[in-house]
Amino acid sequence: MGGEASKAIDPKVLWGGNRSPFSVTYGKMMMWLFLVSDALTFGALLTALGFSKWRYSETWPNSEEVFTHFPFAHGAELPLLYVATMTFILIVSSVTMVMAVEAGHRKDKKKVVFWMVATVIGGIIFLGSQAWEWSTFIAGPDGNIFDWSDNATLTQNFYGKDASGNWIQGPTPYSMFFFCITGFHGFHVFSGVIINLIITIQAWKGVFEKRGHYEMIEKVGLYWHFVDLVWVFVFTFFYLI
Amino acid sequence: MERDDLFVNDSYALNAHHSEEEGVKIRKNIVKVTLILTLITAIEIFAGIKFGKGTYGGTDTWEMIKLFYILLTVVKAGYIVMIFMHLGEERRNFKMIILLPYIAFILYLVFICLTEAASVLEAAGAMF
Repeated sequence: MGGEASKAIDPKVLWGGNRSPFSVTYGKMMMWLFLVSDALTFGALLTALGFSKWRYSETWPNSEEVFTHFPFAHGAELPLLYVATMTFILIVSSVTMVMAVEAGHRKDKKKVVFWMVATVIGGIIFLGSQAWEWSTFIAGPDGNIFDWSDNATLTQNFYGKDASGNWIQGPTPYSMFFFCITGFHGFHVFSGVIINLIITIQAWKGVFEKRGHYEMIEKVGLYWHFVDLVWVFVFTFFYLI
Repeated sequence: MERDDLFVNDSYALNAHHSEEEGVKIRKNIVKVTLILTLITAIEIFAGIKFGKGTYGGTDTWEMIKLFYILLTVVKAGYIVMIFMHLGEERRNFKMIILLPYIAFILYLVFICLTEAASVLEAAGAMF
């Protein structure tokens, strides 16, 4: 009976117990595992979008013809520019988050709070942009949101063109996926902003300084980067392809 | 293969305190990655306007453009995960338990869904 189990464990080996063999704390590892499962949810939504695009490939609207609006530029045809701006805002707020994490490693409380506030502001701007995007999309081709008969909803979608270029009823999955995917992502951004806000207040009050490390910034940062990561994929698969 | 299960030091790598000089180096890298991500987004937008689905949809060129978009997106995602979420600095076995299950499941899901969609389209076409 000289199996592996009866051998003494070399204390130099990480898998000897009493510590994480991955050299990450419990909280961070669980955040990563949560993100993997959440990424699978978004993966399922985007794959379902691919399914519908393939299925309705003959009548699926071209997103660069649908999203041509830009705030304060009424009537101008600026395809995709507003979505690009939203992508850029989210990337920048991701960068300010890394800056906060980096400042946390140097235990620079003032800089952490500064960059966290910048991140929260970026998130709020993104949410506002999305609200504008939704209202423009719902308003439909005529641009009037109060004229309900031609508004885009879950059950009707006026984004589609016939052979002579007139707006006709397009496939409803287009608007369904728009509301579902950007809505689900928007809710993630919303909860991210709330969590960021709580963490900012805690950092400002010196909770992490007392704790001795700023790992909480890093864990929340993982979630915030994930939100950015999902948007990168939504941008490609909903708007570009 | 190099062993990955031995102590390097006793601290959790990313909890370690960074000095000012290290901070300057890390910030430089962050700015570099930001510029790369911005550049890729700009290229995607330019391609989206110039070579849209409206003009090229259904042609072989469009298939190439689609592949180009997906490649750029994967590059962007790689930078975000490896640098911003600094998975690249974690231990190899941790990287693997995060990445491998996800990649395996998502590739399977994409394969099965697109195969199904093609079949459904074919069956629907036969009905009319």
